[in-house]
Amino acid sequence: MNGLEAFLLTVIAASTPLLLAAVGELVVERSGVLNLGVEGMMAIGAVVAFAVALGTGSPLLGAVAGALAGAAVALPFVFLTQVLAANQVASGLALALFGLGLSGLIGESFVGQPGVRLARLHIPGLSDLPFIGPVLFGHDVLVYFSFLMTAAVAWLLFHTRWGLILRAVGTNHHAAHALGHPVRRVRTLAILFGGLMAGLAGAYLSVSYTPQWVEDMTAGRGWIALALVVFATWRPWRVLAGAYLFGAVWILGLYAQAAGYGLPPQFLTALPYLATIVALVLISRNRTLTLMNTPAMIGQPFMPER
Amino acid sequence: MRSTLKITLAAAALAATLGTAQAADKLKVGFVYVGPIGDHGWTYQHNQGRLAIEKALGDKVSTSYLEKVPEGADAERALERLARSGHKLIFATSFGYMDSVIKVAKKYPDVKFEHATGYKRAKNVATYSSRFYEGRYIIGKIAGKVSKKGMAGYIASFPIPEVVRGINSFMLGAQSVNPDFKIKIVWVNSWYDPGKEADAAKVLIAQGADIITQHTDSAAPMQVAEEKGIHAFGQASDMIKFGPHAQLTAIIDNWAPYYISRAKAVLDGTWKSEDTWGGLAAGMVVMAPYTNMPEDVKKMAEETEEAIRSGKLHPFTGPIYDQDGKLRVKKGEVMADADLLGMNWYVKGITDKLPQ
Repeated sequence: MNGLEAFLLTVIAASTPLLLAAVGELVVERSGVLNLGVEGMMAIGAVVAFAVALGTGSPLLGAVAGALAGAAVALPFVFLTQVLAANQVASGLALALFGLGLSGLIGESFVGQPGVRLARLHIPGLSDLPFIGPVLFGHDVLVYFSFLMTAAVAWLLFHTRWGLILRAVGTNHHAAHALGHPVRRVRTLAILFGGLMAGLAGAYLSVSYTPQWVEDMTAGRGWIALALVVFATWRPWRVLAGAYLFGAVWILGLYAQAAGYGLPPQFLTALPYLATIVALVLISRNRTLTLMNTPAMIGQPFMPER
Repeated sequence: MRSTLKITLAAAALAATLGTAQAADKLKVGFVYVGPIGDHGWTYQHNQGRLAIEKALGDKVSTSYLEKVPEGADAERALERLARSGHKLIFATSFGYMDSVIKVAKKYPDVKFEHATGYKRAKNVATYSSRFYEGRYIIGKIAGKVSKKGMAGYIASFPIPEVVRGINSFMLGAQSVNPDFKIKIVWVNSWYDPGKEADAAKVLIAQGADIITQHTDSAAPMQVAEEKGIHAFGQASDMIKFGPHAQLTAIIDNWAPYYISRAKAVLDGTWKSEDTWGGLAAGMVVMAPYTNMPEDVKKMAEETEEAIRSGKLHPFTGPIYDQDGKLRVKKGEVMADADLLGMNWYVKGITDKLPQ
């Protein structure tokens, strides 16, 4: 395996969970809801995926279960913010803490057990090509799914009526409501989609990235995904760029250390955050465009007048 | 920030037991953990020690714990809560709790405190730690023999003396069998992040290391080693399940003998404030079975372990030069504990610069 190939494979593995979670949160925020609970939903996704993969022997089934669990744990958030119109920031933080705590309880008996790794794709001929094979055709299905979902969300948001309604709800819920669009139903579906994707991101951690369960294994990735969405000004392809930039700079930092250039590791650890923020701020420097893409209703509860 | 459902539950359980336990004449032993008990690393092993107390002393004791307690003001509150609720022996298991322990101990002179890896003591505060470097010397020797490329990848957490000492001990061990042994070090700035640790392992392997060792807690690097078909050493717990073909041995933290003896001492009234730094001889550092290596290497490892245990061999015996060529320990002399505890330089042969 040559150097560049190893580098790319490592970057792809590190970026995929960020991309999965961020694409889901993007849809949530585009509908005008801020769900800060990504970390908690990821943790639940990770532990449930691990458990189901271990129990059934099928990591793919585990991933599906993890995604569903992520959506399930988002239900209280739906109830609080959509039915009771509670504060979204507080509800989201509560979800993050609740998810982490609950995942620890569920996972107590799984600590110290190796998990089942999701198989990598193998297309006879294609996957065996040098360099191109492993880099393009040698990943597990979740990696391809993360790209597929980015494209799907980009297309749905900007090229379909469904996307138009979602964006309208996020831009001005009173107007959308007046036009007869079911604001709360749209938001509920968006939140559940965000839960599915966060759960899947967690599942990726426990059945592919590092097939094991330990408490807090999400290690802040949910928060990074949240930040990516904002700095990418709620645009799917920029989220993808941000996630991969973050992953690439992080892995480059490790390479720089291993090569012994003597750069301070504390600086290299901070570098992915810095680089991603700077890059995304630069590509989003057009204020008008940024404002156009900002969901104006974000964080504001909606109660239809009766 | 990190207070979670489990803390709340633990606290609730604590409050619930308060009223009932007073009647019985049990010694209440409390633990404050920095991580979750499910980390399968540092905190997990301390919790195993807690369970060992319960098993060994049965109904003479009852134990409780608070997990994921951040260093700082939260630690103070956690320690106070345990002290107030009738715990007479409290273990604080993270370096960063040091000042909180001293402060709370002053307020509760009849409660005995035990602080792990610290150096501040008081009449009712003892300190304890393990000589993990003894194990690292052994795995260094194994690495020197087993590595075909003569290069190890070392996944490190934070540049504190404990970690630096481990790197040096590993290197001295490796150099004792292969003077040209090389080491690549990656700092992940975390004790515990499976993803980052796995990334670091992949990067080190891509850069030519064919043996991986770590001073971080998760089994993720072991899984990477298993997948890539190379060797690695477990950390804190036996990780053989994660690397049945990869693990050569593991340095296991075994707090049980110390914890049991300290609880007994309180029961007998013989508890004294002291500093304990135990290693292989005290049973506080335990080597997992030597696996996946040739017989002669296994024999060498066992002999080294025995020599350290019996006191015949000290990993930091001179001459030891630092990486700038300065003589740090004279020939035949053994490095003093105070110098070991404050180690902030690399031994000769490590080309990396130590981050400050």
